[in-house]
Amino acid sequence: MSTILLIEQILNGLQFGVMLFLMAAGLTLIFGVMGLINLAHGSLYMVGAFAAAAVAGVTGSFVLALIASLVAAAAAGALVELLVIRRLYARDHLDQVLATFALILIFSEGTRWLFGSFPLFLDIPTAFAGPVMLPGGIQYPAYRLLIIAIGLLIAFGLFQLIARTRIGIQIRAGESDREMIAALGVDISKLYTIVFALGAGLAGLAGALVGAIQSVQVGMGEPVLILAFVVIVIGGIGSIKGALVGALLVGLTDTLGGVLLPELFGTFMEASAATAVGSSLASMSIYILMAGVLLFKPTGLYGRA
Amino acid sequence: MGRATLINAALFAMLPLTALMALLLDEPFIITLTTKVAILALAGVGLNIALGLGGLVSLGHAAFFGIGGYAMGILAHHAQTYTPLMEAPFLLEGSNSMPLIWLVAVIAGAFAAMAIGALSLRTSGVYFIMITLAFGQMLYYFAISWPAYGGEDGLSIYVRNGFPGLNTLVPIQFFAICFAVLALVLFGVGRLAASPFGLALAGARQNPERVQTVGLSPYRLRLLAFVISGAITALAGALFADLNRFVSPTMLSWHMSGEIMIFVILGGVGRLFGPVAGAALFILLEHVLGGLSDYWHVYLGILLLLVVLFARGGLIGTLAGREVAHD
Repeated sequence: MSTILLIEQILNGLQFGVMLFLMAAGLTLIFGVMGLINLAHGSLYMVGAFAAAAVAGVTGSFVLALIASLVAAAAAGALVELLVIRRLYARDHLDQVLATFALILIFSEGTRWLFGSFPLFLDIPTAFAGPVMLPGGIQYPAYRLLIIAIGLLIAFGLFQLIARTRIGIQIRAGESDREMIAALGVDISKLYTIVFALGAGLAGLAGALVGAIQSVQVGMGEPVLILAFVVIVIGGIGSIKGALVGALLVGLTDTLGGVLLPELFGTFMEASAATAVGSSLASMSIYILMAGVLLFKPTGLYGRA
Repeated sequence: MGRATLINAALFAMLPLTALMALLLDEPFIITLTTKVAILALAGVGLNIALGLGGLVSLGHAAFFGIGGYAMGILAHHAQTYTPLMEAPFLLEGSNSMPLIWLVAVIAGAFAAMAIGALSLRTSGVYFIMITLAFGQMLYYFAISWPAYGGEDGLSIYVRNGFPGLNTLVPIQFFAICFAVLALVLFGVGRLAASPFGLALAGARQNPERVQTVGLSPYRLRLLAFVISGAITALAGALFADLNRFVSPTMLSWHMSGEIMIFVILGGVGRLFGPVAGAALFILLEHVLGGLSDYWHVYLGILLLLVVLFARGGLIGTLAGREVAHD
């Protein structure tokens, strides 16, 4: 394997990881602050992608499409929180799982109703359509670099928001003791709606960014949702830092596993068998990673018991 | 409790009555639907041991359902193609015999549940939900990328497997087999729940510290419950694959896990006949709503939401007029 290919794959892994972080950050915030397990997070990712594709189709502007994805997903999130989710905080996880599973059905079929079963396409903006020359003679798609940049920027912004702002302080306080911050006069139900909408907006943005690489279709959120869950379980539920580390780990493992494992098996097996064994192990690799982490740290890398 | 018992008996009698009625009216499709209810109810009964009795919210039970399905698929595939499953170190042939397939499915399901449970039960709460989900996905992707048994396309079996003395291709006879299995398992699970083990398990759900104090290990109780639960769900999977004469990775997907969980919750968590009620209602809804609209999942979703938000205790709980909190 050449170094150039390896570096390309590492960049792909980074891009995937950053994407997963946008999903996982919202998921872990919602769980950490409200104790709510939200299976419908993938639907908000889908809502973002569809909103972006629809707006891009009408206006032709990618920036507007991204803004639309954020706004639409945040609005959908806020609406869902007001109508359904707030009745679930006091319930056990079982009720939350079932209710949010029901939301997935409603969102998926509702979207199919509105947009039909065929995938939509969201074009990469022309300025970022081509490759970029990186030092060392590596050609890499500019759009993927853009995703990495946007993702890291948002990660930085999120850390600032949590660490430095008033609302961040309230969010962190809500994680540790919700009765106390309610007693101190923070409107906790407003805070919950804001956190939920924030998480939804991040998921929607992730959907729009990825929608330009893949197609925008019903059910696109579910595989990502499962991966995002793996990320927050590895990182430790409720920890933004854990979500970032977990997302990068999962992104790199998944991408590099797909390339390296068949090669590895190829060194001592027949080529066709090595490809089969390697690729099937690669598709399981992140779950093996997760089981391994939990074996040593049952609450994830940065989780609290 | 009298009303709940009555409802249970009515529910239980409903399945064979529907099948017999369909037989008289010459509606084989309805017999097949009823068979489907019996099989899916069996899967729900399996999950309910972990979920209802043990309080273990497993979102990965499709793994066991699929393992049962693949046990049937693989054995029957080898019997169909006259190729041995394995030649060394000893010869292992495929099989068309349902009892043997069930045995293999149950054992495979139990072993998988032991491995998955042993790891997953180290965690609890939401981590447990997630890790079971992840193990389910692990097997799902494994099945997809395993070309020997059809990969993504799955495996078709052309003739339904045989049961000594019966013709399984006749719908009512296959229904009778599935219903008998369901009845036997329900009887067994009822006994299990009332046994010292069942009581200790319920104790571990309600107050693990206290169970530990009397010298029992909650971990081991839960693991055993998880193993029994996985084995029963695998048995249901083998029957389900036989019903369709087809097995594919779809049986392992997390949607399947969600669906099995819906049967349990719709009917009533922790109630012996809950999954029977839930599966019957689900298939009925699928059929009725599916006839009304192509987008029936929306209605199903709304209905589910209403059940979660307003009808706690599920169908049986609501009918029996007694709120049961599932702690």
